[in-house]
Amino acid sequence: MGEATTLRRTPLHAAHLALGARMVPFAGWAMPVQYRGIMEEHLAVRSRAGLFDVSHMGEILVEGPGALETLQRLLTNDVGRLRVGQGLYSPMCAPHGGILDDLTAFRVGEERYLLVVNAATTAKDLAWVADHADRAVVRDLSSEVALLALQGPAAEAILSQLTPVPLARLRPFDAVPRTTVADRPAFLSRTGYTGEDGFEIGPAWEDAPPVWEALLAAGQPLGLQPAGLGARDTLRLEAGFMLYGSDIDETTTPLEAPLGWTVKWEKGDFIGRAALLAQRERGVERRLVGFTLAERAIARHGFPILRDGATVGRVTSGTFSPTLQRSIGLGYVAVAHAEPGTPLAVEIRGRPVPGEVTRLPFYRRPKVERPVGAER
Amino acid sequence: MFPEDLRYTKEHEWARREDGRIRVGITRFAADRLSDVVFIELPRPGSTVTQMQTFGVIESVKAVSDLYAPVSGTVVEVNTQLAERPELVNQDPYGAGWMLLLDPSDPTEWERLLSAEEYRRLVGEEA
Repeated sequence: MGEATTLRRTPLHAAHLALGARMVPFAGWAMPVQYRGIMEEHLAVRSRAGLFDVSHMGEILVEGPGALETLQRLLTNDVGRLRVGQGLYSPMCAPHGGILDDLTAFRVGEERYLLVVNAATTAKDLAWVADHADRAVVRDLSSEVALLALQGPAAEAILSQLTPVPLARLRPFDAVPRTTVADRPAFLSRTGYTGEDGFEIGPAWEDAPPVWEALLAAGQPLGLQPAGLGARDTLRLEAGFMLYGSDIDETTTPLEAPLGWTVKWEKGDFIGRAALLAQRERGVERRLVGFTLAERAIARHGFPILRDGATVGRVTSGTFSPTLQRSIGLGYVAVAHAEPGTPLAVEIRGRPVPGEVTRLPFYRRPKVERPVGAER
Repeated sequence: MFPEDLRYTKEHEWARREDGRIRVGITRFAADRLSDVVFIELPRPGSTVTQMQTFGVIESVKAVSDLYAPVSGTVVEVNTQLAERPELVNQDPYGAGWMLLLDPSDPTEWERLLSAEEYRRLVGEEA
């Protein structure tokens, strides 16, 4: 990555600098990695709330007759079950079954779908979707729509001060295509990448600064903090969410990653189905598993995973879990070593550090009692 | 930020003279830049270290860095508290976050370390 001058900036760049953020290059963008510290921001999201700028992510609109058919062919999950105002998570696969991207798809109108895709893959995805559009019109909204993620147990209490939407009625992955947040038009969904309750808010690019400021002001009495990509990574890893480019990519399939639940065989044909079906019948040779280590050293991407001294896999992500106060990670191992409880080691700077395969997620948020009547 | 009575390395360690021995840690500049230290690997007491050779490793969530010995000598004591509380390096880098106590083998090496003023100039350039 070159000098900062070549990096793209989100509409909140000035706001990040004013908050004292440490900016880093990420997928061609200048992004805040932290404000006051990764640990503090992580714990704020787990206990109260955090506000993330994720405007670098791409938004692709697929609309018109053929929109549903186009997405049913492109995605492994079943878009056909979505009512207007609902969304889902899905991989998008290549014909050989490798994952081109993982994304969320929202039905925002009768024949309108919004895809929220990874920043690093936006251009590739856009070309792929447009090439496979069956009559549907494909539009890139990435430079028109900003995206803020408000995450944590206090998220609903904060956002409800700024929007007319009765948030208690929104279930996970529900979306409101058009509403207002802080009096600005915005898209809203009950989604996130942290393992906490939370919302993603998509105002127009130029409206992002006032929406950001209003959220911070409304959340301040409830302990809201701005949070950067550093905390986003530790949070998603504790929640067992995969990061595209690290844990999954074109060389891995949804059946090797624990994403088999997103592959809907019965919905009809889709790109990659034949290859995935063949893999299912053959049986996968490796699986992405979670592991914990007995020491605090961090297992970094690419480190060997050992069993009885022999290499049986590779680390794809690792961090020190602020919640568990342990070293955790994800990696692919040969299927014989994928059962939770299997003793493994990760080679860290030439030394095997003992650990074991751990059931995902590492962290699950406590169930919150909801008042009767708040359920839909 | 950089106490006047300490000497420094260009790799951001500090050294303090204590009754003929040398106490070693990393500077507040380095600790801030790493942020949230989660793991520190230190040598065993009795082992020897060599000036400007690595003696250990420090990890934060974001990065892993080598630690360099400001002077050569024998490790008399290591800060065992850091195994459970590595955050002491962030909270108190010149106090409770110290790492090694050395018995120096070459007294002339001290003179080759940077003064607070020289170190301040160095990090001013890096920042």
